[in-house]
Amino acid sequence: MTDNETVVEVDLELFATEVAYALGISRRLAGLFAVPAGDALRLVAALAGEGQLSVLTATLPPGVAAYPAVTTLVPAADWYERQIHDLYGVTAVGHPDLDPLVLPLAPGIAKPCPGSGTETRALTPSTEPLPALVHGEGMFTIPYGPVRSGVFEAIEYVIETPGEDIPRVQTRVHYKHRGVEAAFAGRSTEDGVLVAERVEGVASVAHAIAYCEALEHIAGTDVPVAAQFVRVLHAELERIANHLDSTIRHVEAAGQAVAYARLTLHKERAMRLRARLCGSRFGRGVVVPGGVSGPPPIGDGELLEALDMLERDVRADIKLLMSTPSFLDRLRRTGILPLKFAAARGALGPLGRGSGLTEDVRTSRPYGGYRHLGFSPASREDGDALSRQLVRNEEILTSFHLVRQTVDELESLGDPATGWSVRVEPASGEGIGWAEAPQGEVLYFVQLDDGIPLQVKPRSASFHNLAMFTAAFPKDITTDFAFIEASFGLSIAGVAG
Amino acid sequence: MMPWVMRGLRDGIVTSRYPRRPDGYGLTFRAAVSIRRDDTTVVGTGRAVDAVAAACPTRAITSEVRQARVDRGKCILCGRCVAQRPEDFAFDPDTETAALRRDLLVVPGRNEDPAGLAELREELARRVRAFRRSIHVRHLDCGSDGTEEWEIAALTNPIYDIQRLGVFFTASPRHADLLLVTGAGAAGMLGPLRETYEAMPAPKVVVAVGSDAASGGLFAGTYATRGGIGDEIAVDVFIPGSPPSPFSIMHGILLAIGLLPIDTRAR
Ligand code: SF4
Repeated sequence: MTDNETVVEVDLELFATEVAYALGISRRLAGLFAVPAGDALRLVAALAGEGQLSVLTATLPPGVAAYPAVTTLVPAADWYERQIHDLYGVTAVGHPDLDPLVLPLAPGIAKPCPGSGTETRALTPSTEPLPALVHGEGMFTIPYGPVRSGVFEAIEYVIETPGEDIPRVQTRVHYKHRGVEAAFAGRSTEDGVLVAERVEGVASVAHAIAYCEALEHIAGTDVPVAAQFVRVLHAELERIANHLDSTIRHVEAAGQAVAYARLTLHKERAMRLRARLCGSRFGRGVVVPGGVSGPPPIGDGELLEALDMLERDVRADIKLLMSTPSFLDRLRRTGILPLKFAAARGALGPLGRGSGLTEDVRTSRPYGGYRHLGFSPASREDGDALSRQLVRNEEILTSFHLVRQTVDELESLGDPATGWSVRVEPASGEGIGWAEAPQGEVLYFVQLDDGIPLQVKPRSASFHNLAMFTAAFPKDITTDFAFIEASFGLSIAGVAG
Repeated sequence: MMPWVMRGLRDGIVTSRYPRRPDGYGLTFRAAVSIRRDDTTVVGTGRAVDAVAAACPTRAITSEVRQARVDRGKCILCGRCVAQRPEDFAFDPDTETAALRRDLLVVPGRNEDPAGLAELREELARRVRAFRRSIHVRHLDCGSDGTEEWEIAALTNPIYDIQRLGVFFTASPRHADLLLVTGAGAAGMLGPLRETYEAMPAPKVVVAVGSDAASGGLFAGTYATRGGIGDEIAVDVFIPGSPPSPFSIMHGILLAIGLLPIDTRAR
């Protein structure tokens, strides 16, 4: 790996302890990947520190399918180890709960092992009910999903209420597992971007950026500065649309009909603005390896005018929303994620920043155009749905500001002499790219052989954050459910893989 | 509450008149890919078109004798063909992209089978005639990337305001007339899909929303998807797009329930 990544290979037996030790110094576990290497399997832990990402790796030799669990020492590894268990059949020994997460299979069915080069035929997930999280006298369960009552992505939440005890929520994300890592297999880097845009479609731009950043790290590509700003422009419009969407979900749950109409209208305007700039309402096709497909048509001042009007209306309506007591009452003290927990698990994006964390990879590990743009990340301390809403409110305004700054930069830079994208030289090696999606930090682990992708491993913020869902539940689950789900603001596509 | 009411009244009417009148925005949207001319692959250009077909990430383009064709049900609108051969491929802004049969998403059409199509339309019309005045819709995600849900939800915003056409979203399958299915056909959702379909009272119609639902898109052929939902349940209308815009989704719904005015032609 290159630049600001250091890689340390450690003994498999010591892997968990080394990861835990490295995390002692104010870092967080950002991701844990399983990477096939011939008949062996490598474990790759990405550890985020201020300004850099470091990597610890250990190898399971052929025939070895168990290692001491990281989760026992580092709880943030929980879902990662379950995912690796589901996809590769490798057991983290000592893990408290290796129930299927993304792919339940009947016993004896071979795991898909995406990226290993072995062809897997269509698998049929097991429909056996998954074991309960908690056991006890008089337990009853309330399932929600996977067929939802509204226009939602498929997921099942099972509320388990054991007698007098505090209920727990079990999240079952496997229903819509699409095998996204397998969808990258055999595709060129150009086609890989198209898949990346669809791993978590509502954050298409952030995913495309993180994927291309990984390629560009490995090849040492200098992306033209103007192209980096175009990426920022689309990423910030994506953030505005997503944060409005989370707000809309809050407002919908609170039954605020007029606010719903107003905010959905503003979101639609944002989507149309995006389409006008690139032909896609989701910013698809903008980010390409080595740059962007072209400049946005901003010359005539029309963009800035539309942007100003949208900002004015969003600002006014959010201000009104934040002085609507019936709305605030529903969010205040709802779904509290305590700072201590958020910090220990490395909560990402607005979820972490709503619990007092201050990290935003746009400023902590600035990439692309963010290296030239300054702002301070939003943060609120209460850890409830209201804090997360306040963080998003502030971020929407910051995004408008960044878009405007970016347009200025683009106007003064003019067309880059190199063209809007430069060639990414065919290189070999591996690297991690990242971006701050509206949901939080997205990581892409990529391995290239002479420019051909061997492995592509996306890690969405939604995956990392949904693991914390159950911790945000108080006793009165059913009344708060919709608010807590909305305030997490995650996309299940990015979780299920 | 008062300030919100004032706010709601202030901005005047923004709602689209579609389908009674064409909508300007709809007509500027990159909704589909079309072939610009007949005889695309006559001597001299065949090889160039073959190269574009090979470069299409979902193999949506076929280059046949004299004619190239695009299967919009596979197309993910990446624009590569349009960039490489603008003389043969173009983005089509017409959002009325939905079709009554999977093979009708291939343009230009091969063998439209007018008699069979008329019969199909007839049968669908007979089924939806039994619907009450208002149509109740429910949605089911079978492995989408999340964008189709946004575009379906957009139909309730004041611009599309699909309720004005008597179309309402319902939470219960038992009250649903129309099922909107999104996603590449994730294996884990096939059981819930069949159960949901069966729980709906007859008559019922099914609309597959998006190229992923029609073909699996870029996720066709992974171990975990079934290349769309068409093999799982009977689909009445397919809407291509990655994702389809709200106008295309509205077109698909109106096509399914027979609410399109005569002049907006249903393919
Ligand atoms: S726009 Fe559609 S048909 Fe053209 S190359 Fe892309 S996916 Fe293929």
